Amino acid sequence: MSSPYAKLPAWADYGLIPLINLVVAFAVAGLVVLMVGENPFRAAAIMVEGAFGSGRNIAYTLYYSTSFIFTGLAVAVAFHGGLFNIGGEGQAYVGGLGVALVCLTFDSILPWWLTFPLAILGAAALGAGWAFIPAYLQARRGSHIVITTIMFNFIAASLMVYLLVGPLKPMGSMAPQTRTFLEGGQLPKLNWVMELFGFTVRSSPFNLSFVLALVCAFLVWLVIWRTRLGYEIRTQGHSPKAARYAGIGEARIVIITMMISGALAGMMALNPVMGDQARLQLDFVTGAGFVGIAVALMGRSHPAGIVPAAILFGMLYQGGAELAFEMPNISRDMIVIIQGLVILFAGALEHMFRPSIQALFASISPRSAGLAAAKREGA
Amino acid sequence: MDFFTTLVVILDSTVRLSIPLLLACLAGLFSERAGVFDIGLEGKMLAGAFAAGAAAAVYGSAWAGLGAAVLVSGFLALVHGFASITHRGNQIVSGVAINFIAAGSTIILGQAWFSQGGRTPSLGADGRFGAVTLPFADAMRDVPVIGYIYYELISGHSILVYFAFFMVFVTWWVLFRTRFGLRLRAVGENPAAVDTAGISVTWLRYRAVLCTGALCGFAGTYLALAMNAGFVKDMTAGKGFIALAALIFAKWRPAPAMFACLLFGFLDALAIRLQGTPLPVVGRVPVQFFQALPYVLTVILLAGFIGKAIPPRAGGVPYVKER
Repeated sequence: MSSPYAKLPAWADYGLIPLINLVVAFAVAGLVVLMVGENPFRAAAIMVEGAFGSGRNIAYTLYYSTSFIFTGLAVAVAFHGGLFNIGGEGQAYVGGLGVALVCLTFDSILPWWLTFPLAILGAAALGAGWAFIPAYLQARRGSHIVITTIMFNFIAASLMVYLLVGPLKPMGSMAPQTRTFLEGGQLPKLNWVMELFGFTVRSSPFNLSFVLALVCAFLVWLVIWRTRLGYEIRTQGHSPKAARYAGIGEARIVIITMMISGALAGMMALNPVMGDQARLQLDFVTGAGFVGIAVALMGRSHPAGIVPAAILFGMLYQGGAELAFEMPNISRDMIVIIQGLVILFAGALEHMFRPSIQALFASISPRSAGLAAAKREGA
Repeated sequence: MDFFTTLVVILDSTVRLSIPLLLACLAGLFSERAGVFDIGLEGKMLAGAFAAGAAAAVYGSAWAGLGAAVLVSGFLALVHGFASITHRGNQIVSGVAINFIAAGSTIILGQAWFSQGGRTPSLGADGRFGAVTLPFADAMRDVPVIGYIYYELISGHSILVYFAFFMVFVTWWVLFRTRFGLRLRAVGENPAAVDTAGISVTWLRYRAVLCTGALCGFAGTYLALAMNAGFVKDMTAGKGFIALAALIFAKWRPAPAMFACLLFGFLDALAIRLQGTPLPVVGRVPVQFFQALPYVLTVILLAGFIGKAIPPRAGGVPYVKER
């Protein structure tokens, strides 16, 4: 299919257009704040202050960002393969089960640095397993991955409620959660890193899984852009037809891509379950799987974009909590709106400003706007 | 007789529970038959429910609530159309965005306007669509079996219930017996052919999306003004996705859509009824099993184990004129 869009210089493509989309998304969010009767600029100032004002706040921001890096990477990997994994939420939820099972089994006999790799495997295996069924159904039976992953989110929720009010709950307890993990099932906090920079952090959930998230970001870059598998995934995502002619096994790539995606989403559970709460609770994912969609779209599916996008959303989460404190009318649900607007403007409407920017570029330097086939998403 | 009464009561709540699904499902039918995938049914329904609750509380009239719901849901449908038809954005991404925007803004605005923790104020009889007693219902009550069914199951629902069932027929008639419907289905299968015939693909798809918006508004109104007495946050609770599942289950046809919604409603009613009571043979079935059943059924159907669901051919693909 011919692309209706002309090529722009790379910096405009990867910098300017996403920035404009983001600014518009935040401007609309500002309108909502205005409708509620508060000053959007003051709200923004409180948010930034709440996210970066003190060592503790920064630590919280990075704690939330950790989850979003994982889920953002998960969605991005699937995007590269031309798949839309909406099931990050469910995969992360079931991934938490993997973490909990490992921690409950080994926390009394192993030190944390031995439990941790096992928990990573547990989280990744269950997350990948939960993504495998939709992937298999897409690859072999032709059912639509978006619908099946949505269904699997709901099935995961029912399954986890069943497990947490039943088999996983300790005897004699009323709360739907597992018992608290011992030392061997808890990740060390990284507050000392913040203290190296001269901040004082008394307590925060910021933990070692942040480092794991960064390692994963690097590994995703390595796999997608520097390996044969990554090349095949990108080919499949770009043009399934070309992939077929090149002899790339379509079903194999769909399944592998989704399992990598599911594993990344599953590993998100390490952060809250093993790093913070030290037990498996109901709804511990709290929408992080969905935030991953916004993060991946904003970061243009590249780890170098996803990490800052995740930190931005971490900032919104942490700053939003502080904001709710200062302006009672603006609860944390403001983030959900911003998330939706970012998905709308950076995702669905990403080409909205392109024609006018192209016209602008063409009027400045006609050479830079030469008609060439540009990349098309979603085709 | 006891079994009979129980059955009728379960069927009665089946009808109540399946109406929001049915309205949302018919809404999705218009959009998807025209080639625009819509996973934003959930969000539109939620925004509609909020608008209905808010307007009915402020103006004290259920009809004002219905009007507001249709307007708000229609606006979100236009946003979806603007992104996916005019700007050829990814339809799924756009739908996801609408779900989040609706989920967040209903809570924020509800809290700011009514300060009741995201609820709208409780409504009196005027602000709601109350039960309609059909003629002779009371007189026939004592007639065994038929009279009881008439009184308990058929009579005594809100007017929106009858409207929803009527809409099944209307949807069928519009889609399969009118010129607009023929073109709408054609645009979902082969937009290029419609374009060649000199009919605007864009305008047709916009009209389809607007029908979707209006019906989602009705679904939201039913939730807020007939099933409950006001809006409660997150009150759709995944019903939009179940409606989507029912739509696929019904293979994008109106009458099967009705039966699919009734089936999912029945599962829901059964789950509520059977909560905690042991069943013969299998013993106690966890209530979560029934809650997950619609989703599991949909996955099995999608996998092609119960017939094959083939979506409209041009679904999800933005139309680009040859140039």
